[in-house]
Amino acid sequence: MRLGRVTRHLGLAVVAFVVVTACGSSSGGGSASCSETQAKTATSSSSCGGHDALVAAAKAEGKLNVIALPRDWANYGAILDGFQAKYGIAITSDNPDGSSQDEVNAVQQLGTTSRAPDVLDVGMAVALANLSLFAPYKVETWGDILDSQKESTGLWFQDYGGFMSIGYDSAKVPAINSVDDLKGSAFKGKVALNGNPKQANAALNGVMMANLAAGGTLDDISKGVDFFHQLKQAGTFVPVQATTATVKNGTTPVVFDWDYLSAAHGKDVPSWKVFVPSNAILGGYYAQAINKSAPHPAAARLWEEYLYSDEGQNLWLKGLARPVRQAAMTKSGKVDAAAAAALPAVNGTPRFLSPDQATAAKNYVVAHWDAAIA
Amino acid sequence: MTIAGTPAVATRTGRPLLGGRRLSLDWLGALPFLAYVGLFLLLPSAVVGVGAFFNADGSFTIDNYAHLSRSYVVKATLTTMTLSAVTALVGAALGALLAYAIVTGSRDGLLRRLAVSASGVLAQFGGVTLAFAFIASIGPAGLVYLFAQAHGLDYYARGIWLFDVFPGLALVYLYFQIPLMVLVFLPALDGIKPQWREATESLGGNTWHYWRRVAGPILFPSFLGAVLLLFANAFSAYATAQALINQGSPVLSQQIAGAISSEVGAAEPGFAKAIAIEMIVIVTIVTIGYSLLQRRTARWL
Repeated sequence: MRLGRVTRHLGLAVVAFVVVTACGSSSGGGSASCSETQAKTATSSSSCGGHDALVAAAKAEGKLNVIALPRDWANYGAILDGFQAKYGIAITSDNPDGSSQDEVNAVQQLGTTSRAPDVLDVGMAVALANLSLFAPYKVETWGDILDSQKESTGLWFQDYGGFMSIGYDSAKVPAINSVDDLKGSAFKGKVALNGNPKQANAALNGVMMANLAAGGTLDDISKGVDFFHQLKQAGTFVPVQATTATVKNGTTPVVFDWDYLSAAHGKDVPSWKVFVPSNAILGGYYAQAINKSAPHPAAARLWEEYLYSDEGQNLWLKGLARPVRQAAMTKSGKVDAAAAAALPAVNGTPRFLSPDQATAAKNYVVAHWDAAIA
Repeated sequence: MTIAGTPAVATRTGRPLLGGRRLSLDWLGALPFLAYVGLFLLLPSAVVGVGAFFNADGSFTIDNYAHLSRSYVVKATLTTMTLSAVTALVGAALGALLAYAIVTGSRDGLLRRLAVSASGVLAQFGGVTLAFAFIASIGPAGLVYLFAQAHGLDYYARGIWLFDVFPGLALVYLYFQIPLMVLVFLPALDGIKPQWREATESLGGNTWHYWRRVAGPILFPSFLGAVLLLFANAFSAYATAQALINQGSPVLSQQIAGAISSEVGAAEPGFAKAIAIEMIVIVTIVTIGYSLLQRRTARWL
């Protein structure tokens, strides 16, 4: 009898110990569950009964709808496969080559049907214009995201991005060490933007970067427009839109573009180099958001947890995109060092356009760009 | 009123059904055409024209039309008209000469068949393909330029003129304007009979008399018509200009594109419609001018 009681106590203690360690490792209650209504309104994994409960609820849903995620963009192919393999949740990937606007249109048109996208990956302009479509959610690694890179309640939170850069073919032009170098005669007829800044976000940010390098501020882009006016006067600025084709054939050997897009030209042009000026580090990020009427609310939230886990962030990094938690992960040593080393070097503090600053820059460019480079 | 319509007899005693005249049903034959014009020309124009009176949130405004006075739109208007006029006139002149050369040859000869089918292909060879063909051949990284440069001929020494409206874009436009002229002018030239020339000569006329008094007056209206077609062709072109000169949007159609879609939030759909109406008005004015001119020339000649 005595012995029996002792073993019983011992057994209970062991069980308690196991439960406690399990809780500690998974940052939530192991035994709690997450109902569908809970999942729909959950603003974090703990309000859905903890991480394990969220996983269980997501597995019960069994499906996830994503949209506009090209498999060759920022390594999304590996991310989709990784999520499916890890949780056994089937992913329906719609319209992989769609734009941010297409994603929002799908959310509006498909409403509460089971085909509606659960999660979105959108540009900032589109994210800010459609806040009413999103459900607030804070991932477990929320603290690692800078305040300037997320909406305070979690309606959107930036995921990956990069810095505005100057990519160049080092076999055709001398090495570039500052934006002002481009005024030299060696760059005559060689500098291009990726698009028209009145229309393309990458081009508008290109002008903004030149503006910062020329001593301008985020609030006033006029010095950037002046800079391109001077390049045009000197015969340096080429009015052709830089594309993979023009880079490959050498018509645009110097291109202002996001570093993660520019770096991809290295596949076609081995001597392609990417330069981010330390006095004008301009960041641009995409953002994640959860559809308010997501047909698979738990899977949607689990997808975000996966993306913002060390594993998900490192997968983006392997796709040459800079994940939003990169700085924090570098500090904690969790970052994939080899993948980080493949990115163009950046020294300095990155700056980001606020929505108001982006609007001001856009308005100035619309009014002055055509005249400046005519 | 012909055979079927002999109404006069009945009028005294009993009036025919519809007033003094019988309703002619001739217009029925034109109905498909009128329906087509209405559905695909007038209706869209009206939709665009009315749409330009509304701003993005659906309220009435005349700002979109007022914005046509923005300096960059005025400049684009002038550039587009000059570009279209120059490429139409030069294209028509060169195309007419080429067509004449073709006509003087054997009618079923190999040369004629080759030239005509080549023109048919080249007249449709516009857009990104054409622009990139120029960029890849004579562009600053093109084969021809690199070869010329290596042999001491740097034709871009004073700037890359290929990326300017004149002569770059105009040159590229001629590449489809001239073949189009050949296609539309060849039938007119075929209508000229050699007997007319013989008749002129037997009446004591020389070559000048023949062109001034016989062939010229017959061909001139079709020549003018072809110039108008070429003008409209260049005026509405978009993809070629967009691929060659992406920055600064020198051409009106590019200004429309810029006002329709913008990632950075600069879209003004109403303004785009106003520019479209401006283009329709310009082409209408040119067409009216053309028909007036044609009436006058018919009298002069």
